[in-house]
Amino acid sequence: MTPPQRQRRQPKQQPLAPPPAKEGEGPNPERLYVIGGEAGDRAALDLVTLIVARADPAPCATPEQEALIRLCAGPLSVAELSAYLDLPFSMVTVLLTELLTERLVQARAPIVRQEIPDRNLLEAVMHGLQRL
Amino acid sequence: MDFKGSDTLPGPRTEDRLPHTAQAAVKIVIVGGFGVGKTTMVGSVSEIRPLTTEETMTQAGVGVDDNYGSETKTATTVAMDFGRISITEQLVLYLFGTPGQERFWFLWNGLFEGALGAVVLVDTRRLEVSFDVMGRLEERGVPFVVAVNTFPDAPHYPVAELRTALDLPEDIPIVECDVRRRASSRDVLMTLMRFLHSLAMSGALT
Repeated sequence: MTPPQRQRRQPKQQPLAPPPAKEGEGPNPERLYVIGGEAGDRAALDLVTLIVARADPAPCATPEQEALIRLCAGPLSVAELSAYLDLPFSMVTVLLTELLTERLVQARAPIVRQEIPDRNLLEAVMHGLQRL
Repeated sequence: MDFKGSDTLPGPRTEDRLPHTAQAAVKIVIVGGFGVGKTTMVGSVSEIRPLTTEETMTQAGVGVDDNYGSETKTATTVAMDFGRISITEQLVLYLFGTPGQERFWFLWNGLFEGALGAVVLVDTRRLEVSFDVMGRLEERGVPFVVAVNTFPDAPHYPVAELRTALDLPEDIPIVECDVRRRASSRDVLMTLMRFLHSLAMSGALT
């Protein structure tokens, strides 16, 4: 029996994310910008951007904001926040945009794939997996 | 284990928290058809019990999604299971099990663009289900390896035959695995990382 046959495709224009500034160093997280658009202003948050609270929730915080701030007493990814709060990813990014604007939380940007991959990063991940 | 107590806010169990030292995260995407074992693979290597992030796709998504066209315009909930592996005190790896249909991918910003790479999980009983996914990854320039989840009643093809059928170049690894086993899933991820590393090395030489 022979398997069905596929045909290879070629890359279109590379939609690689722009190389981020050196991350994971210094106290300042990468600046998050608010992007405009019909869908409303939204911070550029990745599923694996790590969010950490900077302050206790204000008394006037909404229940969602308060829950978010309490959840990220320690760092948690946007994906985890979405899962624990049982809210869609897009809604969490809207709530987090408010909290980022009010400087109630800070964001630690993810390391994304780059045209020239960081070998040290790849080796670190390999070592981590070997210990599993 | 009372992590879903009614009087407590939802959140991670104590052992599922990340250390405050966690500075940055990377992600790997596991992509494949329905029932191919994505969630099982995520669960077998994850240090936390797998979580689910959902997104609702409504008519608002139509303009963004080229392939939508013929579908109904009612809201669809798309779920994605994910897990986590702490690499160092500073670095965290997340694994996302992603639906194979590209029309869902835009729901999560940069799901593939930012990922280190992808694992295409295939079932030899329905090999053709994975064809489109591989093509999409090729078009997007996302490096991937192919992992064949070995179901007992699935046809077994020699790797060379699979490579021909999948029209994959020699350098793209094709491995067999049993995603229920942690070591096997871990080996798949290691295969992807070695492949990415070799790409990085060859890139450095040119």
